[in-house]
Amino acid sequence: MDIPKVSTSKTPYVILALGVLCLLIGSYIGLAVAPAERFMGDVQRIMYVHVPTAWNWMLAVLFSLWCAIAFLFRGDMKWDTRLEAGVEVGTLLAFLLCCQGAIWAKPTWGVWWDWDPRLTTTAVLLFAFLGILALRKFVEDPVKRAIWSSVATIIAAIDLPIVYMSVKWWNSLHQQQSTPSTVSSQFHLPLRLNAFGVLFLMTAFIMIRSRIAAYRLRQELAEPPVRIGEEAGELA
Amino acid sequence: MLIAAIRKELLIQWRTRGQLMAVFVFGAAALLLFSFAIGPNSEALRMFSAGFLWLGLLLSSTLTLSESFRAEMENRALEGLLLLPAHPIALYYAKAIANWLQLTILGVALVPVMIVLYDAGTLELLKLLLVIFLGAAGLSAPGTLYAAMTAQLEAKQTLLPLLLFPLIVPALLASVKATSFVILGDAMGESGKWIILLLAFDLIYWSLCGLLYGRVVEE
Repeated sequence: MDIPKVSTSKTPYVILALGVLCLLIGSYIGLAVAPAERFMGDVQRIMYVHVPTAWNWMLAVLFSLWCAIAFLFRGDMKWDTRLEAGVEVGTLLAFLLCCQGAIWAKPTWGVWWDWDPRLTTTAVLLFAFLGILALRKFVEDPVKRAIWSSVATIIAAIDLPIVYMSVKWWNSLHQQQSTPSTVSSQFHLPLRLNAFGVLFLMTAFIMIRSRIAAYRLRQELAEPPVRIGEEAGELA
Repeated sequence: MLIAAIRKELLIQWRTRGQLMAVFVFGAAALLLFSFAIGPNSEALRMFSAGFLWLGLLLSSTLTLSESFRAEMENRALEGLLLLPAHPIALYYAKAIANWLQLTILGVALVPVMIVLYDAGTLELLKLLLVIFLGAAGLSAPGTLYAAMTAQLEAKQTLLPLLLFPLIVPALLASVKATSFVILGDAMGESGKWIILLLAFDLIYWSLCGLLYGRVVEE
């Protein structure tokens, strides 16, 4: 089994800083400069983080699916380190999405939770990804862990459209998806800035997290350490 | 090859039939307990009876599924099986079909318990049987795959439901809706689309899990 190389470039930290900058400016404009929405008032401002989180959450899920398929076909462990990062960041974004949605739903719909297709699908994926992370913790053999979590990721990702469809038939209340074309032009700038902010942040997190996974994998796959005497002999 | 593998699975199930009885008692006890969540309101109990039936079956299925791989783990029987000139796909489908059959029997056996406890009788028995048949298929395809993984781990009792439950949501939802239309009456003819959804779920996972099983058990 080939041991993945660990890059030491500073790129992720630059992207991370860029993401934080975008989020700061975007959130400032969204909170202080952009006008309040006519019907929902200030509550609507949560859109500036909620919608970017939702877009990037979908990207994280697609990225995880891509890594899982690439690993099963190529068998290269670097895809496993990326999968680990993608699933973990995807779990985090799904959790954030559910929390932001609940904060928004309470003043708007009067309830914390609603059985809307998008909400329910996010929650289902959150639990599916938590299951995959738990599975990874219990498998000691790195190769088996990589294969099984790839299989579980593919199964969970394919389930998403079916969950969405089934819950949509079952019940629906959520408003139409927000895109820059459905919201007034004054809301565009903060929405776009925050979308890129979350995208950069997510990219940096995935890069750094897969680096950590690669370090751990190197330790697991490394030869057992040589005794001090032998090492000294080699040096002499 | 597939026939021989199925015969082996059915033989194992026949010889451990006491276990199926125990799981049935577990499912029936679960149905009894669900009624305490609602209280002695016969109208509400009847309304939620389909949901209770499927939750009872889902909880029992984690027992049957994990049990179905216990024999394979003893004396490393699974490794021996994989050394035979049999394709792992055949081994998967034999196991999944055997589990499917067992879950169908379990589901059918739980129906009278549901009728007695919740007063949820119906005359459309063939349609009910079809829904149980398709719902059990939806549980057994991914369930068998995940059971093959978790059976090799220490924390199997926790991990199997953790992996299976989120995945099974569409099949559960469709089965519950279709069953409740059978029990409560289907004036708008809506049960058909739920049965089609269930069928689609079954087709997707019966093909996908068969493809992936080879990678799960390989050494």
